[in-house]
Amino acid sequence: MYDIQGYIEAESVSDAVALLASNPRLKIIAGGTDVLIKLRHGQMEGAELLSIRKIKELERIEQLADGTIVIGALATFAQIFHEPIIHNNIPALAEAAVSMGGPQIRNVATIGGNICNGATSADSASTLFALDARLRLRSSAGERVVPVQEFYLGPGKVDLKPDEMLSEFLISPAGFRGFGGHYIKFAMRKAMDIATLGVSVMCKISGDVFREVKIGLGVAGPTPLRCVEAEEFAKGKAIYAETLAGIGRLAVKSTNARTSWRASREYREHLVEELTQRALHVAIVRAGGAEIG
Amino acid sequence: MPYSVVGKSVKRVDAVAKVTGKAKYTDDFFERDMLVGKILRSPYAHAIIKSIDVSKARALPGVEAVLTHLTVPKVKFPTAGHPYSLDPSHRDKADRLILTDKARFVGDSVAAVVAVDELVAEKALKLIEIEYEVLEALTTPEAAMREGAPLIHEDCEQNILASRGYSFGDLEAAFSESDFVFEGEYETSPVQHCHLENQVSYAYLDGEGRLVIVTSTQIPHIVRRIVGQALDIPWGGVRVIKPYVGGGFGNKQDVTIEPLNAAMTLAVGGRPVKLELSREEAMIDTRTRHAFKFRIKTGLTKDGKINGIYIAAVSNTGAYASHGHSIASSGGGKFRYLYPAQAMKYEPVTVYTNLPVAGAMRGYGTPQIFFAYESHLDEIAHKLDMDPIELRQKNFVQVGHVDLLSKNRILSCGIRECVAKGKELIRWDEKRELYKNQSGDKRRGVGMACFSYASGTHPVSIEVAGARIVMNQDGSVQLQVGATEIGQGSDTVFAQMVAEVLGLPVEMVHVISTQDTDITPFDTGSYASRQTYITGMAVKKAAEEVKAKLLDFVWGMTDIPAETLDLRERNIVFKHNGEVVMPLEQAAMQTYYDTVFGRPLTSDTSNNARVNAIPFGVTFAEVEVDIKTGKIEVLEIYNVHDSGRIVNPQLAQGQVHGGVSMGIGYALSEQLLFDEKTGKTLNNNLLDYKLPTIMDTPDIGVGFVETEDPTGAFGVKALGEPPVISPAPALRNAVFAATGVALNRLPMNPQRVFEKFKQAGLI
Ligand SMILES: Cc1cc2nc3c(=O)[nH]c(=O)nc-3n(C[C@H](O)[C@H](O)[C@H](O)COP(=O)(O)OP(=O)(O)OC[C@H]3O[C@@H](n4cnc5c(N)ncnc54)[C@H](O)[C@@H]3O)c2cc1C
Repeated sequence: MYDIQGYIEAESVSDAVALLASNPRLKIIAGGTDVLIKLRHGQMEGAELLSIRKIKELERIEQLADGTIVIGALATFAQIFHEPIIHNNIPALAEAAVSMGGPQIRNVATIGGNICNGATSADSASTLFALDARLRLRSSAGERVVPVQEFYLGPGKVDLKPDEMLSEFLISPAGFRGFGGHYIKFAMRKAMDIATLGVSVMCKISGDVFREVKIGLGVAGPTPLRCVEAEEFAKGKAIYAETLAGIGRLAVKSTNARTSWRASREYREHLVEELTQRALHVAIVRAGGAEIG
Repeated sequence: MPYSVVGKSVKRVDAVAKVTGKAKYTDDFFERDMLVGKILRSPYAHAIIKSIDVSKARALPGVEAVLTHLTVPKVKFPTAGHPYSLDPSHRDKADRLILTDKARFVGDSVAAVVAVDELVAEKALKLIEIEYEVLEALTTPEAAMREGAPLIHEDCEQNILASRGYSFGDLEAAFSESDFVFEGEYETSPVQHCHLENQVSYAYLDGEGRLVIVTSTQIPHIVRRIVGQALDIPWGGVRVIKPYVGGGFGNKQDVTIEPLNAAMTLAVGGRPVKLELSREEAMIDTRTRHAFKFRIKTGLTKDGKINGIYIAAVSNTGAYASHGHSIASSGGGKFRYLYPAQAMKYEPVTVYTNLPVAGAMRGYGTPQIFFAYESHLDEIAHKLDMDPIELRQKNFVQVGHVDLLSKNRILSCGIRECVAKGKELIRWDEKRELYKNQSGDKRRGVGMACFSYASGTHPVSIEVAGARIVMNQDGSVQLQVGATEIGQGSDTVFAQMVAEVLGLPVEMVHVISTQDTDITPFDTGSYASRQTYITGMAVKKAAEEVKAKLLDFVWGMTDIPAETLDLRERNIVFKHNGEVVMPLEQAAMQTYYDTVFGRPLTSDTSNNARVNAIPFGVTFAEVEVDIKTGKIEVLEIYNVHDSGRIVNPQLAQGQVHGGVSMGIGYALSEQLLFDEKTGKTLNNNLLDYKLPTIMDTPDIGVGFVETEDPTGAFGVKALGEPPVISPAPALRNAVFAATGVALNRLPMNPQRVFEKFKQAGLI
C-alpha cells in the first residue's frame, strides 16, 4: 500500500510544465521504477504525482539532419536497446540499456528517470557522460540546455528546478562520430543488479595513435564522472598495452571511491584500472583499430 | 519389478492450477472486514525495554489494538518445527515470547498494531514510544563467549546454548598410527531461504470461538501445537489451515508469525487480522542458515586411508534458539555415513549472538560441514599428490555398514557409481590434464565434492505420517496426507504411488493439497527430506489397505478368492493371466449401493517409521576464474544422486536444479551482512543480497544412480535437500584446482577472491 495523495496525468509538455508551475509539491513520475521504490520505503509521504507517461512526443528517438541524436526523456531502455539509430551510432548506450535490470524493468524504466534520479550507479549515465550529452530542460518560463556533467550536483541531487522537467537528451555528432565505444557494467549478478562499477569509454584513433579518449565512470564517486587526466594523457599516444596501462592508472586519479560493505576502496580502484583497459580494448577495435595482444 | 506409473514423469497434479492462477495461496483469501497487523521492531540489537507508551498510537483513528509484552501471554515457547517429545530433556529450547520485553536483535518484535489498513498501522507504529536500556551488542560468537559478556538469555552461561557432540574409537591412537595428520580451518556465512512467498497468515475466531489460522507453513500440525503453547490454550482449540505454499526451504518449518497473529485477533474480539511480512522483514525476522566455523584434523595412512577425524565447530544461532543445536548435531550426524573412520570426535558449540535467528534451511547443517570437510579432503589430496576422486574412493562407506551411534544401517549405496557417472559427464581426466599448467588472466579448473544425508530424522525424532484414502463410485479416489506440498512435488509422487497400487491412471487420484488440522490426518510436516520416504510409506499402506478391502469385496461378489485377484488399468483381473473379472467401476459402485454389503471403501492409515535410508551424491563442476576481477564463472555443473528409486524423473530433476542453484548462490554470492558494532542487517533486500538470477545460473546437469532401498516404498530414498549440499565445496575445489588458492570461507565473492588473490601474489 502506497501513501499517494494525488495523481494527475499531463497531456503534453506545456500541460506538464503549467501543472508544475501551479503546484510545487508535484513530483514527476515516468516509469515509476525509482519513485515507487521510494514510496514503498516511506521516503515520500503523502505524494502528489504528476505522470508524464501520456506525452507521446517524449518517447521519440531520432537523428536530426545535422547528425544530432535526440532521445526523448520517456524512451524506455527496451526501446533504446532496439533502436537502430542507437545501435548504429552509439552502441555503448545500447549496451548500457540492456545491462539495466531485467526485461520487465527495461520495458518501463525511462532514460529520463534514470538521469533525473541522480544516482551515481545509473547505468546510462557513464555513457551519456562519455558522449558529452546535453539535456533540454523545460519550464513554463522557457527552456535551457545543460551538459550532463553539470546536471549532477551530488548524490541524488540534480540541477532540476521544482517547475522544470527534462524533455530530451541531445547528443551532437562531435560526441560520437568517428569514435568507437564500449560499456562495461561490473556487478555481482548478470541481471537485476546495481553496478559495482560502470565504465564507458569512447575513443577515436588515427593509425596507431589515440586521437581522443573519453572515459565515463559510474559508482567511482558520489556522481558519475569523467577521467580528465587519463583522457589528456591518452591524446596522441601510441596504442599499445603500456599506454592502456597508463590510462588505467590515471583513470583512478579522477575517482573518489569509498570503502563500504559493498566493496572496498582498494578493490574499486583496482577495478577502475582494470576495466578501463578492458573497455578500451573493445573500443579500439570498434574505432577501426587492431586488437591489442 | 516393472511399475506402470512409478518412475514416469507424469505431469504435476497442481501444474494447471498453478499456471492458470487457480491455485490459491494464503494472500488470495479474503475475509470480510479483515484488519491488518504490523510489527514494531527494535532498533537495538540488545536492549531491555524500560517502558512503553502506546497511548498516541491507540488514539490514532483506524487503530483497533496495540499489543505489547504487557498485553500478551508471557509464556516462553519453542519455535522449531520438530515433533513434540514426551521426554522433556529432548524438547526444543523454549526461549521466545510473542512480544519480547528484551530486544535481542535488531528487528526483534517489541510491539504490534492492528488497524484498518496498512498505512494507518504503519503510522501507528511510529507513535509508539519505547524507552530502552541499551546493552552491549554481541555480534560474533567470540564476543558472546567472552568471559564476562552480558547474557542474551539468563539461563545460558557464556551464551552457549548447547555443546553436545559425539566421539567413538580411540582418536589419539588413530592419529598416532597415521602417516599424516592434516589440519584445516573453514568458515561459512549466514544466508537466507528467499522463498518466493514471504511469511503470511490471517487469523480469526470462528462461530464456536475456536481460533482459526490460515498460514503459509510447512508444518500445520506443529503450528497448532505451538500456538496452543504460546497462548496457553488447549491445542484442540486451534485450527490451522495450509493452502498452497510458495516455497519454504525450511524457513516455514518454524513457527514465526502465527502466535502473534493469533494474539492480534484475540485482541480485537476475534475479527480477522492479516499479518504479512515484507521481504525486508522476512529477511531479518524469520530464520537464516547458521554460520559455522570449523577446525578439522584428519589422520591418514600414506596410501590415503582415513584413520581418524576430529572436527570442532562453532555454530552461530543468533538471538533465539529456534532449531538451535539440532543443526550442528544433524550436520555432524549425517556426515558420519560417508567416510566411516575407526575413530572420530565431533565437538560442536552452538552460541547465541545478537543477530537474526538461525533455523532450519535445506540441508540442515550439512552444507556447512561438507563444505569444510570436502574442501579439507581436496587439500589433503593435493598434499598427497593424489587424485581427489581416488582419495575419496578409498574411504567411501560400504553396504552393510551400521552407524555406531544412530544404528542406522546402510542397505543401499550408489556413491561409487555416482562418482563414476559424474566423472564421465564432466570429462574429468581430460580436463585435469588440460588445465594443469595455466598462467593467463582467465584460468579454468574442475572440482568435485560428495555428500551423504538421511531420509527423515529417525532415530532422533518420531516419524509419524498419516494418509487417508476414500474410493468413489467410479473407482477414483481422494487422497489426503498430513505432509505438505510446498512446491517440491510431493502431492504428485503420492498420487503416483496410489495409482500404482490401485491400478489407476494418475488423473483418477485426487490429492487434497490443503492441510487442515481439523480434517487432515496427523503428520509432522514437510522437512528432513521425509515426504516421499516417510509419508510415502503411509500412502502405500493406505492404498494397499483399500486394495485389500476391494479385492475382499469382489471375493464376496464373485466367490473368486481375493489372493488370486489384482487391479490393473481400472479393472479387477486375475493375477495369473490378467484376464478381466469386472471393471473397477462396477465393484466400486457396488461398495456404495449394495443393499446388504454397501459400505464405501476407505483407509485411514498412520505409520510410524523406525528406519532411515541413507542417500548419497556428488557434484562435479568446472569454473573459469577471472584472476584480475576475482569473478568466478561456472561453466559446467553436474549433480549425480543416489536417492534410491526415482518416482518422477522430471520432478526429481527440478528438485536438483533448484538445489544446485541454491548451492551456487551459497558458494559464490549470497551472504547476509551485519554491522559489527550495531548488529543491524545491512542487506535485507533482494538488491543487496545477491541471490543469483537465472542469468547467473548455468545449465545444470542431473544424473541419477537408481539403487533400490528395501526400507522405502518402491525403493525410494530422500532427494529434497541433498542437491544443495555439495555444489559449494565442488566449486571451491574447482577454483583451487584452477588457481592453487584455497578459498576456505564462503561465499567466494569477487571482493573476497580479490583479497585472497592479492595475498597469493596472483594480482
Ligand atoms: C528491479 C529494478 C531494477 C533496476 N535496475 C537498474 C539497473 O540495472 N540500472 C539502473 O541504472 N537502474 C536500475 N533501476 C532503477 C530505475 O529503474 C532506473 O533509474 C530508471 O531508469 C528510472 O526511470 P523511471 O522512468 O522508472 O523513473 P521514475 O521512477 O518515474 O523517476 C525517477 C526520478 O526522476 C524524476 N523524473 C522522471 N522523469 C523525469 C523528467 N522527464 N523530467 C524531470 N524529472 C523526471 C522523477 O521525479 C524521479 O525523481 C532498477 C529499478 C528496479 C525497481
